[in-house]
Amino acid sequence: MANQSDVATAAPEGDRARGGGSAVSLALRLLGVGPLLILIALAVAISLLTPNFLKPANLSNILAQSAVIAVVAIGQHLVILTRGIDLSVGANLALATVMGGLMFRVTDSPTLVILAMLAAGTVVGAVNGLFYVFGRLPHPFIITLATLSICKGLALELSIGHTTMRGMPDAITFIGGASSFGFPNSFFVVFGVATIVLVLTKTMVWGRWIYAVGGDPESARELGIPVKGVLLSTYMISGLCAGIGAVVLSGRTGASSPLYGNLLELDTIAAVIIGGASFLGGRGNLGHALIGALMIGVIRNALNLMNVNVFFQMIAIGVIIVAAVEADVLRNYLEKRARTIQAAKTQ
Amino acid sequence: MTAAATPPVLTVRNAQKRFGAVHALKNVSLEAYRGEVLALLGDNGAGKSTLVKCISGVHALDEGEILLDGEAAPVHSPAAARRAGIETVYQDLALFDNLTPAENFYCGREIAWPRWLPRGLRFLDRRAMNRDTAAVLERLRVKLPKLDAPVALMSGGQRQAIAVARATVFARKLVILDEPTAALGLRESRKVLDLIVQLRAEGNAVIVITHNMEQVVELADRAVVLRQGRKVGELRPSRASQQELVSMIVGAEG
Ligand SMILES: Nc1ncnc2c1ncn2[C@@H]1O[C@H](COP(=O)(O)OP(=O)(O)OP(=O)(O)O)[C@@H](O)[C@H]1O
Ligand SMILES: [Mg+2]
Repeated sequence: MANQSDVATAAPEGDRARGGGSAVSLALRLLGVGPLLILIALAVAISLLTPNFLKPANLSNILAQSAVIAVVAIGQHLVILTRGIDLSVGANLALATVMGGLMFRVTDSPTLVILAMLAAGTVVGAVNGLFYVFGRLPHPFIITLATLSICKGLALELSIGHTTMRGMPDAITFIGGASSFGFPNSFFVVFGVATIVLVLTKTMVWGRWIYAVGGDPESARELGIPVKGVLLSTYMISGLCAGIGAVVLSGRTGASSPLYGNLLELDTIAAVIIGGASFLGGRGNLGHALIGALMIGVIRNALNLMNVNVFFQMIAIGVIIVAAVEADVLRNYLEKRARTIQAAKTQ
Repeated sequence: MTAAATPPVLTVRNAQKRFGAVHALKNVSLEAYRGEVLALLGDNGAGKSTLVKCISGVHALDEGEILLDGEAAPVHSPAAARRAGIETVYQDLALFDNLTPAENFYCGREIAWPRWLPRGLRFLDRRAMNRDTAAVLERLRVKLPKLDAPVALMSGGQRQAIAVARATVFARKLVILDEPTAALGLRESRKVLDLIVQLRAEGNAVIVITHNMEQVVELADRAVVLRQGRKVGELRPSRASQQELVSMIVGAEG
């Protein structure tokens, strides 16, 4: 907030501030489309380096490989919008695939197998939300770290020593592994989930509340928004998204495994942050988070095509995260400038 | 303004509030009338914000009662207090930096449909909210650079004006402002004070917390002074009584 001294100091430099106004708003607008520009620049650079990159088969491959990160990042995005974090998504996904695998031993019904995975994911999300909200834990970091460990342990225990359990119903391998109209089916899953979440967050009151709770939880409470319910719902949806990710991944591999989803929490958080969401909450754009997921997929794919080893991939993603967070810092600085300029204009 | 003839909109009787060892309100009583600005004064930590938060449903009183138009006020939650016609502009403004002015205006009471759905699942009527917000800002002569930009980009005065305007729209009985000009320069303070005058003219009861004696003398029809959680005085502020008010606040009166 501009304070007295802001207004006072703005006066002598009023003209300069007015002149700087358009530059500041241009810079802010550029930051707004930053993730997309970076993705395009990345794609151009990579296609110059490895011609194979732009082949339809490879592009389709990138979409399929990004699908799991993308769908889980959708849930992570909602959680981060409320100033939270969900560290359990990877382990949750692993547990969900194992539950699906176990269900497949009992029944051939793809519906029941899918339901088992979605239910497992959602229940874990509900546990996260309930403990965070009603257990009065200071930060969701703690409970989701705990459920990460618990889910991992449960998944290993329930799969009784098998690192992978082979076999998934055809319908699920169709969802996760096949293509339609030249696009991997998992792409349509991501598209569908993203559309639903977009409708929920942009056209419904509940979505507005998510942004309000993330922007300022204390004020949201003072204004009568059901903050606890909103928080709980985001963790449940994040869990559900992990369950959907489980369906996609076990469909692609035709198997389930307690080892799936390793470090997925980091990939999804990276996707959301690369997409320009703020850890301070209340800011973020689902489309950008999906671009972030795609960017991670593109980097992995490119470095694979160029035979760069996996350690370097991790380093590259780390560098991009730092750049994204710096962009957030820069944006906050520019907004502060914009406020000073406003105060100067009211003189 | 003469308001004493009409019954009070708000009555607080023997309010008690403790936060653990801190006894923040000790047997405080006060009344607020329509068309009147009541200044709530006191040094830092006197209990002003606490009293206001009890009236607006953020805190519950330990003892005592709050009446609205003579009946027990339903202030068990902030939402209930708002529904009952009590609007509050908090010290921290309760504005969402990431939302636009219209989104801020309607935060927590969005215009949405269909009504048979639970509140959170209704669809936002953006157009109605934008239109009404623009109309209110126009009526209050609040100028904003852009209605579709997040308030993070606006100056302190513009933000304060948005918060006050929001209260104006929804207030039906009582508007409470907690240090509405504390963070503002002279010019931007002026605008907010003008808004307060307008609120009063529209027939609201207004309670203002401020540390600025000039504003009290200029604006307030009545002043209530708290010290260490106790009500220590009540008078009609004027140039002549300004010194008396200050000594009540700091506790140096005879
Ligand atoms: N939520 C709380 N928990 C514990 N103590 C509180 C709480 N809110 C207020 N207090 C205490 O109650 C007393 C009154 O505080 P209050 O905020 O009402 O003062 P104030 O008159 O508004 O002061 P200021 O002018 O500084 O805003 C203080 O001692 C404060 O520390
Ligand atoms: Mg206060």
